[in-house]
Amino acid sequence: MKFDTPATTNPIDRLQVVGQPVDRIDGRYKTTGTAHYAYERQDAAPDAAYGHVVGAAIAKGRIAAMDLTAAKAAPGVLAIVTAETAGKLGKGEYNTATLLGGPEIEHYHQAVALVVAESFEQARDAAALVKIEYAPAKGAYDLAVARDLAKPSGKDDEPADSRVGDFDGAFAAAAVQLDAIYTTPDQAHAMMEPHATTAAWKGDALSLWTSNQMVAWSVGDVAKTLGMPKDKVHLMSPYVGGGFGGKLWVRADAVLAALGARAARRPVKVALQRPLMFNNTTHRPATIQRIRLGATKDGRLTAIGHDSWSGDLPGGKPETAIMQTRLLYAGANRLTRQRLAELDLPEGNSMRAPGEAPGMMALEVAMDEMAGKLGLDPVEFRLRNDTQVDPEHPGRKFSQRQLTECLRMGAERFGWARRKARPGEVRDGRWLIGLGMAAAYRGAPVVKSAARVRLDAKGIVTVETDMTDIGTGSYTIIAQTAAEMMGVPLHRVMVRLADSKFPVSAGSGGQFGANSATAGVYAACVKLRDAVTGKLGLNAAAAEFADGKVRSGDRSIALVEAARDGELAAEDTIEFGGLDKKYQISTFGGYFVEVGVDAATAEVRIRRMLAVCAAGRILNPKSARSQVIGAMTMGAGAALMEELAVDTRHGFFVNHDLAAYEVPVHADIPHQEVIFLDETDPLSSPMKAKGVGELGICGVAAAIANAIHNATGVRVRDYPITLDKLLKEMPAPA
Amino acid sequence: MKPFTYERAASPAEAAEAAARRPDSKFIAGGTNLLDLMKLQIEAPAHLIDVNALALDRIEATSDGGLRVGALVRNTDLAADQRVRRDYAVLSRALLAGASGQLRNRATTAGNLLQRTRCPYFSDTNMACNKRRPGSGCSAIDGINRQHAVVGASAACIATHPSDMAVAMRVLDASVQTVNPKGVTRTIPIAELHRLPGDTPNVETVLEAGELITAVTLPKPTGGSQHYRKVRDRASYAFALVSVAAIVQPDGSGRVALGGVAPKPWRLDAADAEMPKGAKAVAGTLFAEARPTEHNAFKLPLAERALASVLAEARG
Ligand SMILES: Cc1cc2nc3c(=O)[nH]c(=O)nc-3n(C[C@H](O)[C@H](O)[C@H](O)COP(=O)(O)OP(=O)(O)OC[C@H]3O[C@@H](n4cnc5c(N)ncnc54)[C@H](O)[C@@H]3O)c2cc1C
Ligand code: SF4
Repeated sequence: MKFDTPATTNPIDRLQVVGQPVDRIDGRYKTTGTAHYAYERQDAAPDAAYGHVVGAAIAKGRIAAMDLTAAKAAPGVLAIVTAETAGKLGKGEYNTATLLGGPEIEHYHQAVALVVAESFEQARDAAALVKIEYAPAKGAYDLAVARDLAKPSGKDDEPADSRVGDFDGAFAAAAVQLDAIYTTPDQAHAMMEPHATTAAWKGDALSLWTSNQMVAWSVGDVAKTLGMPKDKVHLMSPYVGGGFGGKLWVRADAVLAALGARAARRPVKVALQRPLMFNNTTHRPATIQRIRLGATKDGRLTAIGHDSWSGDLPGGKPETAIMQTRLLYAGANRLTRQRLAELDLPEGNSMRAPGEAPGMMALEVAMDEMAGKLGLDPVEFRLRNDTQVDPEHPGRKFSQRQLTECLRMGAERFGWARRKARPGEVRDGRWLIGLGMAAAYRGAPVVKSAARVRLDAKGIVTVETDMTDIGTGSYTIIAQTAAEMMGVPLHRVMVRLADSKFPVSAGSGGQFGANSATAGVYAACVKLRDAVTGKLGLNAAAAEFADGKVRSGDRSIALVEAARDGELAAEDTIEFGGLDKKYQISTFGGYFVEVGVDAATAEVRIRRMLAVCAAGRILNPKSARSQVIGAMTMGAGAALMEELAVDTRHGFFVNHDLAAYEVPVHADIPHQEVIFLDETDPLSSPMKAKGVGELGICGVAAAIANAIHNATGVRVRDYPITLDKLLKEMPAPA
Repeated sequence: MKPFTYERAASPAEAAEAAARRPDSKFIAGGTNLLDLMKLQIEAPAHLIDVNALALDRIEATSDGGLRVGALVRNTDLAADQRVRRDYAVLSRALLAGASGQLRNRATTAGNLLQRTRCPYFSDTNMACNKRRPGSGCSAIDGINRQHAVVGASAACIATHPSDMAVAMRVLDASVQTVNPKGVTRTIPIAELHRLPGDTPNVETVLEAGELITAVTLPKPTGGSQHYRKVRDRASYAFALVSVAAIVQPDGSGRVALGGVAPKPWRLDAADAEMPKGAKAVAGTLFAEARPTEHNAFKLPLAERALASVLAEARG
């Protein structure tokens, strides 16, 4: 199905099942331990041996010598895989560094060996006996230093530089100016389930039960890395214990499990050890951002400038922190520039809302600072600079843009009017209280997505697509879509996901999954409905599917009748034909936060948070809310504590476990509220939906930073905002 | 983890005897610290002596009005004990500020005192660390050291002792009872249990090889208002950047011990003497010899401010 004209009324609009806050259909399996994750596939590979990964002890250089004698002789050892024994390996399309290092080492904890043994303990013990001598080389590990050598970096549709009008002139002439530098640190996905894979060979065919967000990409990259045809790779990822972008790609666990299984001649499973996860896998790269804003005295932006620097391994990509600045506010003179430096730290890559998450952390603090300079309320300042068109291409409208509605409603619900404009005015015992807000913005891309739908003789509708559910609710919204389209109750729908034998979906990433994948299911269901009416001899155009029946005119036939002589199946792909180019399709929101800052110790504790989101049709308010509160929690981590500490001498992230890389715990998140505006976007897809999983993190950290400023009067521009940074400027408590 | 053998001792004498027989052994209590370190091969005992069956899990009154806390009393039980809550509130508060409910259910009194540092270079076996591999150097001194000690450290090691409980024990003047492999018992004042690193940061306590802690004794209650203030980067389940254990008497005198700033709970008699003068004077004395790094210098003003806040609370 080609989607190139705005959606009109369709069966989804009935909202009998879609749009209802139904429980996640996989929830029961997860809470009863019957959802088997990649490392738990005893059913599929009962005799799997255990692999343990050895990570490089240096960040850059070479392996001078490797001695496997002791490890090989250790009890239970079946095989040891190294670059030397693995044979020629390719590199995945989506990988920057190779997944099995040696003799060249590209980053700290890059995998250099896999030890396979009968038991996990034996593999771990033997792994410690692998003796490696390194010849270290000098590397670049400090973004602040490497920044001077950074180069423009962009893509065709996202050029490194954009210019409109005369930024320099307008900024210089502006009545009120802001020029500030912000930094965001490297961050880890730190998902609960580590990267994990069980691998088994049958002849030259490989089966991988793995934890992955993008099945088709990963089949391609496994094939490319191992030098085998794609159709010999069977990849399954039915349950994923969190990914946040860290599992968009094939990683060492999958490649090494496959190589280990080949070497040991039996299935092998590998779970990346937690202490390796921070340096072995990808992370969100640190940024240095400079924002310049010029405004008239009455608070209209005349100049908007945003420069961003980030680093990555040679051949890597930039953190696109400037992208939202091209679209969020009006202003006639604009300049954005994106620069990439070479660093020899572990590979930087996508993490939940790449670009916008760190970009909004800077831009929305700059907006708060500018509102302060103008003496304007921060909400009012944003309202004054709203735009309904892409400010760089004024001919291009937003498909929907309810930013001002979000901000107004949020302000009212939160009690924003009680905020004191002057910082440091409100006290509750030993706590300084502050309110802060920020706009939320995230693009809503759409990606081609296919599905197959079957109707069997029992009247069960089965959906098959390689879409993944990374804890987001894909199973459920896909079931809701099929139930709505076929007019059956939810329990008559079976959803099978994330198997490379199924039609290729959008996958889970970039907040495009929910809208695109359900639209693919919609397309397949439209085809199945045609097959059903054809079979039943009904007029397709007039047919209504409801209550397990198909009605047309005065005829009503049970749906199951259509499959009486055998199963009916239909497969289709939704393809997006340019509406997303003609219009800018984005999601919007507003964040409002109240914090307390201990007047003595500068400890920051969030008291309450509100999100108001305008994100198209909300397919399931319950799972959507979970996405937003989870993202807000991650935003709180970004604001207050998350930072991969770079040792710039040795070139690695020092705090590489969950004790040292702190993420929020329950006590940090006392109260969250989420409101979704009633919105449908006929330009986005037949579902009229967008996405919320990433919108939820875009702006929330800035809202917290702004609340801290309101509480204390101290402006910290380097995330995370830890107490040591605040303390310097906080007066001794009375 | 290296393969190891295991035995379960039935009495302190048996445990001590086993330790004498196997110099390459370690005691295991709750295992919440030891097992983690064994998995990373930071600890690699060839033999484990499980002390959990030793019947050292009681809290009993002593003849001089104090409490004797068995070495195996779990952190949860110690924090919840009515006598501790009434007479040694600083201890109960310190315990509850530590780790998580699950860990406290497992963690023991002796194990808590002997837990090892959280220096990230200590737990990365690729890195130089004098504590883990004597003579290899200290990666933290010129590296990432925001969490590290500002006072009492040495050029060989700037790690902190991470325990909350020990800070409260220190302010309460607890003492540690032990038995050595020869069966000889002794009492060690808590102030003397942990050693400063000097040139040998690998030697962390005055305990001899195989010496078993059997109990920790709290002297008769001192009264006063008792406070434990733990300052950290998140609201729960994090080690202290700085912690303050204080006992403040109505006349303004009192005692204070700090956590998170030194290789051991940090208390000085001279600083206690300054209590009536207030936080600035106390902190000035506690930190007279401080040698902070660029990244942890904030701990000095932070500790002073936290103490000031505690004193303000004590005054009501
Ligand atoms: C995630 C995490 C967070 C934590 N957070 C905190 C925190 O915030 N604050 C805090 O204070 N602590 C914290 N801890 C540490 C925790 O308190 C300790 O791990 C625990 O107290 C150790 O007690 P255990 O009985 O488990 O000791 P074990 O691990 O059994 O033993 C520790 C050491 O003591 C020795 N030992 C044990 N018993 C005896 C004995 N009777 N005689 C002689 N030697 C003995 C062992 O040989 C070993 O060397 C945390 C731990 C974890 C894992
Ligand atoms: S501070 Fe101590 S524990 Fe940390 S690296 Fe230095 S010597 Fe090792």
